[in-house]
Amino acid sequence: MLMTILRRLGQTLFVLTGISVLVFGVFFATPGADPTARIAGRNASPQTMAQVRHEYGFDRPLPVQYATMMKKLFVTRDLTSYVDRGEKVVPEVFKAAPVTLSLVTGAAIIWVVVSITMGTLAAALRGSWVDRGLMMLGLIGISMPVFWVGQVANLLSQSRYHDTIVFRWVPALGYVPFTESPWGWFKALVLAWITLAILFIGLYSRVLRADLIAVSGEDFMRTARAKGLSPTRVLLRHGLRTSLVTFVSLFGMDFAQLVGGGALLTEVVFGLQGVGRLTYQALTNLDLPLIMATVMYSAVFVVIANALVDMVYIVLDPRVRDGRA
Amino acid sequence: MRSSSSLPPGPWAVAIRALARDRASLVSVGVLALMVLASLMAPLYARYVSRTDPFLSNVAGQVQIDGRAVDIMQPNDNPLHLGLSPIGPTGRGAYLLGADSQGRDVAARLLYGGRNSLLIASAAALLCVVMAGVVGIVAGFFGGVVDAVLSRIMDIMWAVPVYLFAISLSIVMVSQGLTIGPFTITSDNLLIPIVIIAIVYVPYAARPIRGRVMALRNSEFVLAARGLGVPSARILLRDILPNVTGTIVVLAPLLTALALLTESALSFLSIGVQAPAASWGTIIQDGEGLIYTRPLVAVAPGLAIVIVVLALNVLGDGLRDALDVRETSRRGH
Repeated sequence: MLMTILRRLGQTLFVLTGISVLVFGVFFATPGADPTARIAGRNASPQTMAQVRHEYGFDRPLPVQYATMMKKLFVTRDLTSYVDRGEKVVPEVFKAAPVTLSLVTGAAIIWVVVSITMGTLAAALRGSWVDRGLMMLGLIGISMPVFWVGQVANLLSQSRYHDTIVFRWVPALGYVPFTESPWGWFKALVLAWITLAILFIGLYSRVLRADLIAVSGEDFMRTARAKGLSPTRVLLRHGLRTSLVTFVSLFGMDFAQLVGGGALLTEVVFGLQGVGRLTYQALTNLDLPLIMATVMYSAVFVVIANALVDMVYIVLDPRVRDGRA
Repeated sequence: MRSSSSLPPGPWAVAIRALARDRASLVSVGVLALMVLASLMAPLYARYVSRTDPFLSNVAGQVQIDGRAVDIMQPNDNPLHLGLSPIGPTGRGAYLLGADSQGRDVAARLLYGGRNSLLIASAAALLCVVMAGVVGIVAGFFGGVVDAVLSRIMDIMWAVPVYLFAISLSIVMVSQGLTIGPFTITSDNLLIPIVIIAIVYVPYAARPIRGRVMALRNSEFVLAARGLGVPSARILLRDILPNVTGTIVVLAPLLTALALLTESALSFLSIGVQAPAASWGTIIQDGEGLIYTRPLVAVAPGLAIVIVVLALNVLGDGLRDALDVRETSRRGH
């Protein structure tokens, strides 16, 4: 087991290095443009340009530039934004993180509960109109642009039907910290949670249904049925438990990706000041250091989260533990 | 191949027949054809029906309704008549769906936007399939070090959230354009979103192709060909390629759907299609400020996206069933 864990750790380190090189390459080694101008922002003075060039070592070879950048991002954490009055970007990213975490966690709870219900129901009633209806709903869910769903939700809840009993409770767009008012926090986020969850409900319920149907042909399922267990018990105790393995590994990856900035569009539409919206603002200001910091930190977060999920697997699953699968 | 009635139908003939029996797939193909056709008609619509230039700001203009000239930008409905709102749906040829905040005809822009959205999505999907095909086939067929290197690169690309990856590439290219040797690509070139979207989905598409090729490599007919001394290039071309086509064909509509959603998101964030050109994503962004007063500006292009993506997803499902390709991949986000 130790060997497997060590190997996985080595792999993680490799991917982390690879990502930092990739991101660095995208921002600073693309042909045809001077990275100094990109960092300094539009209409920067010659002094600023000179300062940036010296600070980031753009007058030195690429490996030195790479090392300088990594040091600024992860060691000294003093990467500054020139567009935004010399603000330090790394603390900004950390300040925005709780908002993103609130958004993604709430959405995740909704999508896990709803998709397990939908997927199991569809598999149990395979071929019926309920099954077809649920799967069609799922397909519609994965076909809608999330920012558009958010806009329509805002249109209905903030304007069209805001005066009706259904949406009267909806507060103005924005985030309320949990520590300030848990109920306010909930009210401010619930529509964003649902909006973000829709895509994953569609995705997961379809995957789960397919898995349950595939697993229902397996020997252990036949044995369970032959033992005289009720169909519900066979489906839930034996089928669902097996299918949840795929479900959980998908979940780990998607959750990490969303916390790492995948929820950007939802944050923008609902005016939630999370990491994604920070990236968006950096985008509109062409604030390169800030974008790079968010991208780099998200990627690192995703890789580490995935590695953690794998570690749990290694500990839990004897096949993986012994390196057989 | 001889077309003799004594031969059993080939796999493709079987698949096409199965697809033709699937009503949902047929409807999807019809819907897609209709959307493409409507988008191609955009210049005709602008010229003969809406009779306005959908790319020129027209805030001071007027439109004839029932013989009366009506301002395109009208005073708001508040007691003091503060501020201006663009004209709403007229129900006539001109400004059928109303105007956007710059007084441009939304219906005409919707058709022009459809051209860009559909073109970018299908070109990106095509390019992605080609790149993923090369990566997947090379990695799966040669295995060993080649596979290890390519797979690790794919792992690295896959670890960056798709939208962040696309945003990073876009911001760099859209902010200053790109110069490669003698070629300069300006920031409003449609090639930029096409290439970016194609690149970010390569790992997603390469994985199932690689898996299929690896399975084929150890199949009996390939081992037999090897045993007969058939050169690798010939095996690749004659035995492997025809057998991964099914996987690729199933991936194509799903990738187009993903590409369309990604294009609209990038354009919505103003790093996709650049103004004054339109795409469904940019129109949704134009409509954002008007969402409470003229919701149709943002709702209509969104509906267009949902219809096309849904049709593509249904078609993808139908193709998968018809070609009997098991789901070997998951969707990115």
